[in-house]
Amino acid sequence: MRPFSYERVPDQAAVRRGVPQSATSRAAPVPTMLLAGGTTLLDLMKLDVLRPERVLDINTLAPKLSAIEADAQGLRLGALARMAAVADDAAVRREFPVVAESLMLAASGQIRNMASLGGNVLQRTRCSYFRDVSYAACNKRNPGSGCAALDGYNRLHAVLGTSEQCIASYPGDFAQALIALDAVVEIEGPQGARRIPFAELHRQPGDRPDVETTLNPGEMIAGFAIPAGPWARRSRYVKVRDRESYAFAAASAAVALDLDGDKVRQARIALGGVATVPWRATAAEAALAGQVLDEASAERAAEAAFRDAKTHGENDYKPELGRRTLVRALLEAKRMEIA
Amino acid sequence: MTSQPDEGGLGRRGLLGVGAAAPFLAPRQAAAQPAPPSLPLKERPDMTLTLHINGKAHPLTLDPRVTLLDALREHLALTGAKKGCDQGQCGACTVLLDGHRVLSCLTLAAMAEGKEVTTIEGLAGADGALHPMQQAFLDHDAFQCGYCTPGQIMSAIGCVQEGHAEKPEQIREYMSGNLCRCAAYPNIVEAIQAAKPQMGRA
Repeated sequence: MRPFSYERVPDQAAVRRGVPQSATSRAAPVPTMLLAGGTTLLDLMKLDVLRPERVLDINTLAPKLSAIEADAQGLRLGALARMAAVADDAAVRREFPVVAESLMLAASGQIRNMASLGGNVLQRTRCSYFRDVSYAACNKRNPGSGCAALDGYNRLHAVLGTSEQCIASYPGDFAQALIALDAVVEIEGPQGARRIPFAELHRQPGDRPDVETTLNPGEMIAGFAIPAGPWARRSRYVKVRDRESYAFAAASAAVALDLDGDKVRQARIALGGVATVPWRATAAEAALAGQVLDEASAERAAEAAFRDAKTHGENDYKPELGRRTLVRALLEAKRMEIA
Repeated sequence: MTSQPDEGGLGRRGLLGVGAAAPFLAPRQAAAQPAPPSLPLKERPDMTLTLHINGKAHPLTLDPRVTLLDALREHLALTGAKKGCDQGQCGACTVLLDGHRVLSCLTLAAMAEGKEVTTIEGLAGADGALHPMQQAFLDHDAFQCGYCTPGQIMSAIGCVQEGHAEKPEQIREYMSGNLCRCAAYPNIVEAIQAAKPQMGRA
């Protein structure tokens, strides 16, 4: 690991003043990264992928940024709430099952105790060419250097939202629940506080795979707001992976259904493990609206979800796995007994 | 070893201290350390901090890069927590931080300041009586080579205290962050089931 200086952020006002500014030199900002759970940052610093010269520990803000509050308006989650605390929260499990399940099915018991929600949605891809600096070609790590995954080992890579520059998949689970439920991200930064739809937080790789989010320099995620809705209780996260636990998704689906008997008033669908960013499957949602939900209509929706899929050899299996995962999630959500 | 002053002031660290590292070492620490690996050249000063481990306060002077795992093993001679993968994938380094199981390899020592760290060395009673989980691992033959065992036991205690050890399937799911290459998994699950009712809370 390269040398860095370690500081604790004294308070939220310091974040608003602008985190990347060096305390000593305004002219030359020191490459700075925020430290919450550390499960991504320290891992990638050990691998020499991330090279901050200054690490700002924001865990001092935990007393203010760890809220887990459910009420009639919906769910508010602080960015420093730990994954395990949210996954185990009784109100979250009852009112927003897809949120609890997406967190519980991610990582391990230890990592869920450590990792924050804000860090979780910003976790970096597991693409092995991104994580291994001995490969020169990675447009995400080293802009303009090429993409070794296009013709390389790409069994776990994305089939949706890819570009000629990058096919790395977004690794997280919780983000699928957030995007399906129309969550809002609360952001703090030098320009003040702002709120954006979660769907606008991540950027598809396009020509700049190295720019993964729309956060501005110095900004940090403070929390998430998930609106209440008739679909929230009938929601489910299905995750398919190489081993039964403690693995990233080969394919996953977050679904939330508002049903009128067997008929779909509104379906909300997001896909994981198959896309470069948290992926809302709007075509699949439209295909289900007003339809009786059964295996046939679920399959039509799944067909629509993967119509634009582009595969690269080793990941040719993903559209079919993704479709079956989505069908299973939809039918399981339909069968849920809602109190 | 942790607090024995070295009379001659020539602990191995003092002898092996290289380059810019040595001037930053507080004298007490220079004498107290058991054989740390040679440290790379420093561009930034060490930090002083106090870690509370198994009920005792340990003042330390460390490079900010030192993980909690390396602080325990290399600076405090608490070698129970093991370095398996050093990247959060095997669970051998599991310790409790304020009662919650965490991976000490992905925790900076500085992040543990102000918290209570519990390691495998802190489980047995003053009279040497083993923690129920330790005894259960022995009774159920829940290991072969033993390398993953301290992490398994710390994680198992966390698993029970979280309330995630109700059924064998749940234990397997919530213990998935601890790998055992000897594949003692069935016996580990049995040990946890046996220890659970003997622990304070479930």
